Amino acid sequence: MPDKTMIEISHVTRSYGPFRALDDATLSIREGEFFSLLGPSGCGKTTLLRMIAGFDTPTSGTIAIDGQPMDGIPANRRPTNMVFQSYAIFPHLNVEQNVGYGLKRLRLDAAEERRRVDEALQQVSLTGLGKRGATELSGGPRQRVALARALVMRPKVLLLDEPLSALDKKLREQMQVELRRLQQAVGITFVLVTHDQYEALGMSDRIAVMFGGRIAQVASPKEVYQKPVNRQVADFLGGMNFVKAEVLAENDASITVQAPGFGKVTTEKPPLYSRNGAGATLGIRPERLRVLWDDATAPHQISGTVVDRHYFGEITHLIVQAPGFEKPLSVSETNNYGADDIPVGAPIRVAYDPDALVALAD
Amino acid sequence: MKALRSIMPSWLTGYAYLYLAFIYVPVLLLPVFSLNTSPAPKLPLEGVTLKWYADLGKTPAMLDAAWNSLVVGLSASILSTVLGICAARALTRYRFPLRRPINGLIMAPLVLPEIIVAVSLLIVLLQMGLSLSLFTVVLGHVLVCVPYSVAVLTSGFEGFDRSLEEASADLGETAFGTFRRVTLPMVAPAIISSLLVSFTISLDEFIMAFFLTGTEVTLPVYIWGQLRFAAKLPGVLALGTILLVGSFVLLTFAEILRRRAERRVRAAGAAHA
Repeated sequence: MPDKTMIEISHVTRSYGPFRALDDATLSIREGEFFSLLGPSGCGKTTLLRMIAGFDTPTSGTIAIDGQPMDGIPANRRPTNMVFQSYAIFPHLNVEQNVGYGLKRLRLDAAEERRRVDEALQQVSLTGLGKRGATELSGGPRQRVALARALVMRPKVLLLDEPLSALDKKLREQMQVELRRLQQAVGITFVLVTHDQYEALGMSDRIAVMFGGRIAQVASPKEVYQKPVNRQVADFLGGMNFVKAEVLAENDASITVQAPGFGKVTTEKPPLYSRNGAGATLGIRPERLRVLWDDATAPHQISGTVVDRHYFGEITHLIVQAPGFEKPLSVSETNNYGADDIPVGAPIRVAYDPDALVALAD
Repeated sequence: MKALRSIMPSWLTGYAYLYLAFIYVPVLLLPVFSLNTSPAPKLPLEGVTLKWYADLGKTPAMLDAAWNSLVVGLSASILSTVLGICAARALTRYRFPLRRPINGLIMAPLVLPEIIVAVSLLIVLLQMGLSLSLFTVVLGHVLVCVPYSVAVLTSGFEGFDRSLEEASADLGETAFGTFRRVTLPMVAPAIISSLLVSFTISLDEFIMAFFLTGTEVTLPVYIWGQLRFAAKLPGVLALGTILLVGSFVLLTFAEILRRRAERRVRAAGAAHA
C-alpha cells in the first residue's frame, strides 16, 4: 500500500461558545486505509467526521482531502460520501432510485447509470431488490442501501457514522466482516466513527482514540490495545488492572519501577509518559494473568484468593485478592481447563509475563 | 368492578349511537328534503325531484356568490398554507426561545370567539382606511385558516430526519435540488392536505365573511340572505347538500394525504428508533 496521505487534518478546533467539541486535532489518514475514530459519546469523533464531510466548519485549522484544502467547499462538492447513522434512506424512492440518486447529477447515459447501480447493488449483495420500496426493508438491508448509495459515487473517502449501532449483535458482527471485505475490494479510504472498541479493533488498519475533544492515541489496533498511551485509553479498550508504582530509574527508552505485588519491573517508556512526581501507573490486561494449575510454577507469579467470579460462556472472570495489592486483580481465563469450576474462596496462583506490564501516563 | 364492566358496554354503546344520531341525522335530512317536490321541509316527501338543483344553475346571484367563494377560498388557502409552511418548518426544525408560547398564539384563533375577532378585525380594517371587499374577507379567512394549516403541516413535518437533506447534499445535490428532489416530495402530501382543509374552511365560513364583505357576498352569506324567503328554501337545501358533499370529499382526501405524509416521514426515521 503506498503511503500517500488522503486526509490531512491540521490543528482543527471546533468550538461551540466556550465548549470545545474538538480541540486542536492533527491527524493524517492514508489512502486506501480503514481508519477508525474511536471514543465515548461526546469525544468529538462525530464532529470531526462531519467536518470532513462538509456538514460542519472548523473554528480554526484546516482539512485537506487528496491534497486539496477543503476550506469553503460545501458538502456537495467534496470527494467524500457518507453512510449516516440513521441511514437517511429517501423514503419516497425505491432501492434503485436511492442508489442512483447521486448519479442523476452526473448525467450519465441511461445504460451506464443502470450498470453502475447494478454493480453497487451487487457489491452489497442486494441484487434483485432494486424495485423494493426502501422503507419496506429492515435495518440490515437498509444499511446496505445506504452503503451502495455512497459507493456508487466512487468517492475518494467513504465516511461511516456509527453504521452498525442500530443492528443486533449477530448482524453487527456479520456486517463488520462484510465492511472490511468490501473496503479491501474497492480500495477506497474508509473513515469509521464508533464507540465500540471491538468494532474498531476488528476492522481498522489504524485507530484514533479520542477523549474530550482530543486525540489521545493514533496507532494500529494491536498497538492501542497492547501499548495504550494512558490510563484512559487502556480503560476504554477492554479491562485493565492498574497498580500505582514508584519510579526508581528512567532513561530515554525505558523506566524501572517498584510496584507493590509485582516488585521491581523495567518496561518500555510510553511515548506520552510524563513523570508525575515519583509515581507512575502500571497496567496489565486481565487475560495476561494466567491461572497456574496444580503444581505448575512460573518465574513470575502471584498468590491470592478468589473473591468473586463472572461467567461469560467461553471465559470466566476471576476476581482475585492478593496480598500486597491495594485492589483485587481481574483475571480472565478460558474455560477450556475448568476456570469456571474454581469456587469463590479458593486459593489461586496466577502467572504473568513482565513484558505484559505497561507503564501508563495518567 | 366486574359487574360494572358487564353493564357499562350496553348503555355506553346506546349512548354512543344516540350521540352520533344527534349530530348527523339533521345533516342527513338536508339532502333528503332537497329532493322533495314540495318547498316545505316536511316528512313524508311529496315526491322526488331534482328541479331545485337544476334551478340553482339559473340563479345568477347564486352563481356570483359561488364564484366569490371560489376566489376567496383559493386565495385564503394559498396564503394560509404559505404562512403555515413557514411556521410549521420553524416550529418543527428549530429550537428557539418562546417556541411554545408562539405555537400557542398561532393556534389560539381556533378557540377565540369568532364574532369578537371578526368585529375587532372590522374596526381595525376600517381604521386603516380599507374598504370592505372580498380582499378583507380573504384576510379574515387567513386568520381562521392558519391554525388548521399549521396543525396539518406540523404533523407532516414532525420527525423529518434532517440527515435526509444532508444525505442529498452529500450525494452532490445543490440546496435547490435537495429541496426539489427530497424536501418537497416528502412534504407535498401535507401541503396539499393543508390547501384542501383551508379551502374547505373558507368555503363555509360565515361570521368573518358576513362582517368583512362589501357588496359581493360569499356562498354562506348568500344562503343566510335567502333564508328570509320560504320559497327559496329548497334551493338553499340543494346548495347546502352540494357544499356538504363537496366538503366531505375534500376533507377525506385531505386526511388521507395528511396520514400519508406522516407515515412517509415516520418511515424514514423508523430504522433509527
